[in-house]
Amino acid sequence: MAHAATNPQEIPAQQSSFRKSLSEPRTLVNTALTVLALLFSVFAMFPLFSVLYMLLAKGATQLSLSLFTELTPGAGMEGGGIGNAIVGTLVVVAVSTVLALPLGFMGAVYLAEYGGESKLAVVVRFCGKVLTGLPSILAGVFAYAMVVVTTGSFSALAGGAAMAVLMIPTVMLTAESALRAVPSKMKMAAFGMGATRAQVVTKIVIPTAIPGILTGVMLALARAMGETAPLLFTALFSDYWFGGELLKPIASLSVLIYNFAGSPFEHQIALAWAASLVLVTIVLVLNVIAQIVTRRPEEH
Amino acid sequence: MASTGMKAGPDLTEAFRSPVSRPPSAWQKNFDVAFKYLAHAFGAGVVLLLGGVVFEVMRHAKTAIADYGFKFLTTSTWDANRADFGILPEILGTLYTSILALGMGGFLGITVALVLSQGFVPRKVELAMKNVIELLAAIPSVVYGLWGIFVLVPLLRGPAGWLNEHFESIPFFSTRLSGPGILPAALVLSIMILPTVTAISREAMAAVPKRLAAAAYGLGATRWEVIFNVTLPTSAGGIFGALVLGFGRALGETMALAMLVGNANVFGFSLFSPGNTLAALLANHFPEAGNVEVGALMYAALVLMLITLAVNALGSWIMLHATRELKGLG
Repeated sequence: MAHAATNPQEIPAQQSSFRKSLSEPRTLVNTALTVLALLFSVFAMFPLFSVLYMLLAKGATQLSLSLFTELTPGAGMEGGGIGNAIVGTLVVVAVSTVLALPLGFMGAVYLAEYGGESKLAVVVRFCGKVLTGLPSILAGVFAYAMVVVTTGSFSALAGGAAMAVLMIPTVMLTAESALRAVPSKMKMAAFGMGATRAQVVTKIVIPTAIPGILTGVMLALARAMGETAPLLFTALFSDYWFGGELLKPIASLSVLIYNFAGSPFEHQIALAWAASLVLVTIVLVLNVIAQIVTRRPEEH
Repeated sequence: MASTGMKAGPDLTEAFRSPVSRPPSAWQKNFDVAFKYLAHAFGAGVVLLLGGVVFEVMRHAKTAIADYGFKFLTTSTWDANRADFGILPEILGTLYTSILALGMGGFLGITVALVLSQGFVPRKVELAMKNVIELLAAIPSVVYGLWGIFVLVPLLRGPAGWLNEHFESIPFFSTRLSGPGILPAALVLSIMILPTVTAISREAMAAVPKRLAAAAYGLGATRWEVIFNVTLPTSAGGIFGALVLGFGRALGETMALAMLVGNANVFGFSLFSPGNTLAALLANHFPEAGNVEVGALMYAALVLMLITLAVNALGSWIMLHATRELKGLG
């Protein structure tokens, strides 16, 4: 079955029937494979539904106002919530956005408007792709070496720096394709009126490409929100509210889920499910917003 | 620049008002030059960032490399108190879990890609399934880890015990599943790489020129004959690239493994025994590591980085050539 019949003379010798009936072996094999493929596809989607079901079954029962307004409880204690972790996740993601946006965005402007196919552009694009494939934990190792070792403590800044490394390539590569999608007629019209390249880029190309750029930012944010590995030994965790100090350890939803998942206390495990529900909801909402913002025309 | 009035377009009123033939002012010229250099600087910044990541890890691993040398890769102790480190079980565990995940996730991923690209289901169902698969990728890995601990492991315990009882002589089933282990970790890993494999191989299949399949249908081939003889061979390059990139993703995945693989510093072929991977080792030891151990962990991070970078570079290279090959067929 590896290759199509290469010798045309062989074809009449096969005498295969073109009748479509389940009693024909060819039709039977075809139908059986189709059924199998559909079954496997349903099977492949099962985990998603199982995860969503568990989140609702175990997480939704925990939802209450105090979940969002109270601090994480200590070992064996009842009550409490995940308020500090929600705030912490938002702070870390905000820090990483501030760090990642300029580099990702201007890198994309360079690639789309100035780089062309020059050597530097090829290298920049390659580095961007390599960074996309960088295991997230290595971003954490990098931030540990750069920030934690230098400042001498785990901190929100270190966590944000680790996340930023993960956000930059996503932001850059999606923004590049958004900038490239701007019709060249619009640019030519502006050039024809005597605009400088910088004017064309800042006044025509970027404003037109904003929806696409925002999509990339949303997707990068959604990815960053759920990341745990880079935060484990950069942001660490904290049982207290964020007090405005970026150089202190900070709580996050994802690290909370990791810590409490291994806890021997029922109540902490229940909070891990609740935190998962909150986290997945935020991530899915960001994904949906990203899809709405682009309203990409359907392929094919 | 405010873009009021017109949707998705820049505000041109100011441009229309200004004299068309006026040359750019000195300020505009300076801004043009400055903006150009700024863009170049930020572009180069991305290269520096990757260089920085590689350099920082290497710099911190330097002493450990000098201290432990090649022995680090071939021994199996991890003892911070005696400063004796080796990551052989982690390297093997990383490869083993990833290969298992690739076997399961790759097969399912390609099957789903076929269903999504070969007109098996109505267009609307196709789109809905595509969205569901994309959502699989959006779920954070730590949530999969939690799900694995409380849903998958209890689910596997029964069948695993039965297999161990009846087929103990087969190395894959030679131990009992005590909780976390290779199999639950590899299963969750396969769920996580499935969307990657599906998305990329679906694109490769969709890029196969329609007239090739149409010609085969015209000769009376059934749908699966077309798939096996035309679609799959033609898109083989892209599918292979998808598998390699999925493998690269599996190698670096951390949380699901840190939570499910058992963190035992041993390696065995049994699917039910606990093991460890490079990424899980980093996740579990870094937060509380002292100076000596951090050096060893940096060395382990360097090994992980080299493995994943090599696999990803290979995958990207295959994809590049696969798309080039297809261009000649249109």
